[in-house]
Amino acid sequence: MNIVAPIKREMHVVHSRGDKVFRGIVTAGALTSLVILGLIGSFLFARGAQVFSQYGLKFITGTNWSSSMEEGIPSEFGMGPMLVGTIVVSVIALLFAVPMSIAGALYIEFYATGRVRKIMSGLLDLAAAIPSIIFGLWGIQIFTNFGQRWASFLGNRLGFVPIFNTISDNYGRSPFVAGCVLAAMVVPITTSVAREVYSRTPRELIDTCYALGGSKWGAIKTVVLPFGKSGVVGGAMLGLGRALGETVAVYLVLNLNFRYTFRILESEGGNVASLIATRFGESSSEELTALVAAGFVLFLLTLSVNMVASAIVAKTTRS
Amino acid sequence: MSDVTIPQPTRPWQRKRQDVVRSAVSIGAVGVLSLVIVLFTGFAGVDGWAVTVFLVSVLLIIVRGRKMSVKERGNAKVQLFITAAALLAFAPWISIFGSVLVKGIVGLKLNFVTSDMRTTVPDDELNLGGALHAMLGSLLMVVMATAITLPLGILSGVYLTEIKGRFTFLVRFVIQSMSGVPSIVAGLFVFTTYVSATHGPTAFGGSLALGILMLPTVARTSEEVLKLVPDDLRSASLALGARQWRTTLMVVLPTVRSGLITAAILGVARVIGETAPLLLTAGSNTAFWFNPLKGPIASLPIYVFGMLQIGTEYAVNRAWTGALVLMLTVFALFFTARKLGGKDKR
Repeated sequence: MNIVAPIKREMHVVHSRGDKVFRGIVTAGALTSLVILGLIGSFLFARGAQVFSQYGLKFITGTNWSSSMEEGIPSEFGMGPMLVGTIVVSVIALLFAVPMSIAGALYIEFYATGRVRKIMSGLLDLAAAIPSIIFGLWGIQIFTNFGQRWASFLGNRLGFVPIFNTISDNYGRSPFVAGCVLAAMVVPITTSVAREVYSRTPRELIDTCYALGGSKWGAIKTVVLPFGKSGVVGGAMLGLGRALGETVAVYLVLNLNFRYTFRILESEGGNVASLIATRFGESSSEELTALVAAGFVLFLLTLSVNMVASAIVAKTTRS
Repeated sequence: MSDVTIPQPTRPWQRKRQDVVRSAVSIGAVGVLSLVIVLFTGFAGVDGWAVTVFLVSVLLIIVRGRKMSVKERGNAKVQLFITAAALLAFAPWISIFGSVLVKGIVGLKLNFVTSDMRTTVPDDELNLGGALHAMLGSLLMVVMATAITLPLGILSGVYLTEIKGRFTFLVRFVIQSMSGVPSIVAGLFVFTTYVSATHGPTAFGGSLALGILMLPTVARTSEEVLKLVPDDLRSASLALGARQWRTTLMVVLPTVRSGLITAAILGVARVIGETAPLLLTAGSNTAFWFNPLKGPIASLPIYVFGMLQIGTEYAVNRAWTGALVLMLTVFALFFTARKLGGKDKR
């Protein structure tokens, strides 16, 4: 007697007309986000195209941003210092934010207990919801006092290192202070991603570590940190995306100045988003085109950072 | 048979009195030593104190560590560092909540929520003028933004959970990347496409920019709540002969109604404090402006921003009060969302 293995039946799904219409509408609705993203990119590019073709690569590397209102004197647009300034401020922010976030996530996940843990995770959620204008207000009115003191401490002792060198004695409104304020903004994002990843560490591995006589720190060092490494990298990049595109907080705290500067304690710096916000109100149509082009560069920068970040986060938090 | 002594259970994890005394003494020692250092050196302020206490604690662990095993000592050191860094991470937020509350409450008088800045200059006493126009402006723009975004966000969520067509990966990826679009870029986009082509800054322009920033939050939250609908419900509905559209509209969506409201609320909380895009698309005003298609309109974040730019004492006071109202609004939205969200999960 031969046994016939059951064959998987072919299934044909035939949608009724109503369902076809329904599926069409839903698909169209879901694809609007794609359309919007595409429109943002293409419109900004189209409006800024003139600047790109006129200045070419000099728009990115050029060091002079001057809009001339008079006939005969040509305007010049190069966003180099602002682009560098954006990166400098964001890197300072990440240097502070990443270690603090790792510690914060470890603390909530492994050290805090009971009520402390509850309060801290509630505070973390709330902090992520604070609007950036409030960070800016706090930054210029409250934090600048502290930041200035820390900056002068650094400047007085480490002034021989080129980046800590200053010409004036004014330490407020510097990239350092702006970076600290951005760090406070980025920490909620990176901490919650790090916490999410750490909480997925297999419990058995940690227990194995304890069973072998390891200490708490031993378990964290050998199991939790390696397990969460790529997740933390993804979270840091999400934070970087936010720091790169931040406008008002930086605008309020930083003293915008159109020069290349690597002196992070000096009271001058730049940021592409703040450039747009500052120059926008009083710009000629020629400068406006340049600002749109600068916005397009910023869009590409943050979009690429964010895409990489979300790919990493999605990969590590799946399972 | 000899007497068998039954061993008393020991609880090595329980704190002994000796331990409690010892840690109290340690904390006291740290406090006294820090006080001495702060008094006799230049350290001052909250930050000076924090650094001193931290350094003294390190010292204490080194001193006490001589009696501990290597493992214990390492653990204690790491715990101190992690605690200190975690406190450092949380300190700014506590400072923000505290300062907004303390400085904002000065100007929080009845007139702040009942009058506008039509006949008041920012330098006037705080019992004159207010931010009613800004609150109404924010409300109007947020409502319009929600009306545009909520349907699109829910459709995206339905696509990702019910239809699961061939664009699933793409849609999810695009929504994720869209959440990283800088707010000023969204404002610039609306400016180049809509504002500069029509009547200049308007409430509608502002709500378009806010909508772009809101969409990812609404879409992602909708997807999350729709995932919670048990498949049994869908199967039951289909088995009763309902088509997919009826199943979705009459079974799936009503089941998560409060979850979808949560999605809208979280979206609103995300954008209500956005300042940069409104600078470009909505402008500012000293009174509420009723026509959403023509004329600039005030909003709460722009009110705070503008007052801070003026920078005189009373204007800055107004900025803090505006920030307080803004923060309370965000928190209220947040707690409402959490309450509603908790309902669905049960």
